[in-house]
Amino acid sequence: MIINLEQFIKSETPFWEELDELLIKFASSERKRTLEDAKRLHYLYERASSDLNKLITFSAERETRAHLENLVARAYSEVHVGRVRQVGFRPLHWFFNTFPCTFRRHIKAFNMIVLVTAVGCLFGWFTVAFDPDAKAILLPFGHGERDASERVRLEEQMGKHEDRLAGHKAQFSSHLMQNNISVSIRAMAFGAAWGIGTILIIFYNGIIMGGIVFDYINSGETEFLLAWLLPHGSIEIPAILLAGQAGLVLGGAIIGWGDRVSLRARLRRIAPDLVTLIAGVSLMLVWAGIIEAFFSQYHEPVLPYSLKIAFGTLELLALIYFLARCGRAADESAT
Amino acid sequence: MAAHRQNALRIQTPEGVEFSYLLAGPITRSLAWMVDVLIIAALMALASFVLYSAFLIGDDMAAAIQGLLFFVIQLGYSMTLEWLWHGQTVGKKMVKLRVIDAQGLQLQFHQIVLRNLMRFVDALPLLYFVGGLTCLLNRHAQRLGDLAANTVVIRIPEVLQRDTACILAGKFNSLKQFPHLTARLQQRITPHEAMLGFRALQRRDEMDASSRVELFEELAEHYRNAVEFPEEVTEGISDENYVRNVVDVLLGGRSAW
Repeated sequence: MIINLEQFIKSETPFWEELDELLIKFASSERKRTLEDAKRLHYLYERASSDLNKLITFSAERETRAHLENLVARAYSEVHVGRVRQVGFRPLHWFFNTFPCTFRRHIKAFNMIVLVTAVGCLFGWFTVAFDPDAKAILLPFGHGERDASERVRLEEQMGKHEDRLAGHKAQFSSHLMQNNISVSIRAMAFGAAWGIGTILIIFYNGIIMGGIVFDYINSGETEFLLAWLLPHGSIEIPAILLAGQAGLVLGGAIIGWGDRVSLRARLRRIAPDLVTLIAGVSLMLVWAGIIEAFFSQYHEPVLPYSLKIAFGTLELLALIYFLARCGRAADESAT
Repeated sequence: MAAHRQNALRIQTPEGVEFSYLLAGPITRSLAWMVDVLIIAALMALASFVLYSAFLIGDDMAAAIQGLLFFVIQLGYSMTLEWLWHGQTVGKKMVKLRVIDAQGLQLQFHQIVLRNLMRFVDALPLLYFVGGLTCLLNRHAQRLGDLAANTVVIRIPEVLQRDTACILAGKFNSLKQFPHLTARLQQRITPHEAMLGFRALQRRDEMDASSRVELFEELAEHYRNAVEFPEEVTEGISDENYVRNVVDVLLGGRSAW
């Protein structure tokens, strides 16, 4: 018990002020932390904690307590977890190591998303195959309202005379990037509904893909379809799948099957991975947006289909290699 | 059923010390968000003005850059400011709010990114209905983004400025002759009870005479019951003076933090 409260506060105030100053200095990124600083911080933090414990018995000291609580809280966060300084962030290392390693770490969620997409594709395929009228309801962006062969004929004819995207290519590309990145973020964020929201978005995407693929193959336009979709789709479709993977990782952490740690700890564990996956997906979609606006929309005779198919296939192979092999060394050193 | 709402987040450190943060509710958070929306709109207008008045790029490229800039501003405004200002945006600064880690640890960059990305769901179907509802039902007033990122939004408490000097300056306080009894008084009287006396003294001139006498009589009796001072000290002192002396012992003598 403190008999002379005034004397106690008077004698401790210099230490509280020193702690306050040290915390302000630490908050500014310019200051380098030395071992001496860390030791002093730890000492002052423990002293302030002890003072707070003593003051708790003095209920009339509301303001002093509030001030000390604030100091202890700030010092606590500084002492227990050092802020990861972004000056150490290496973009190339992140892209070629962290991103593919994170993808592989959650490969089960990715496989699950591929399965959901495949089921959606089959559903879309069979729905359009058995009920052609469903095309108008299921397929967006005007695909449901026109015949695939008719579209191919029109696109090829128009290509001979004019560039229909002239003067709008950059705008179209920017729109694609925004739209696809928004869809991806939504696919990840809807994972908060125990993963169900993500599964619904990905399943619907699968239905659209299945329906469109059936429509073009059924009309004998397989080559056009491959040449149109592969250049941007080989990056865009996997990017959406990766966003779905992030959504399932989030949903899985919320459900926590067979995991003994608390929900809070589970979410804390996966949060950096979600951000890594979505950041990687965004970069992939920027690339896909550029390719779709500036390359995919040109057909024969402007660009030979074989060239477009070869380009798309190469991109897909490079992506598979990137996701499967890049950063293996980092993986092995971590295990 | 909704989890029991608390208006404070209590954190116990490994050293056995407990401290608390005042949690921000959906209304104050909405106010901060409105300010931020206005700033985002202003930034977008500024970006458009600069892009189109510069005449440096063609219409197509300008429109593309504008679209991307709008997207980046909407997504990046809160992320950038919350990272640079340790959990605050302009709106949060104005309404005195701050985002912190739910366990009182340092706020990490990925937490800031994640809580802001989750706005895509929290904002649905419009005007943050999902986020607001989650915030109301959650015991720590967290929206989905806060839950996923392990963050909470707290209120930065106003430091109460006690101007005891204007009430007590220059007056002799007989209670101070007995330090052991004043120490006991400091322990037995709660902060709320001490502030009650202080507020009564502050507003004494606004009361009518009979209410004033009655109020200070009640307060003085309450303080006397808490700690009994020797009769020679309390003799001849009016109830109001007694309350003034008690408040001086409890709150006076030091400048406010």
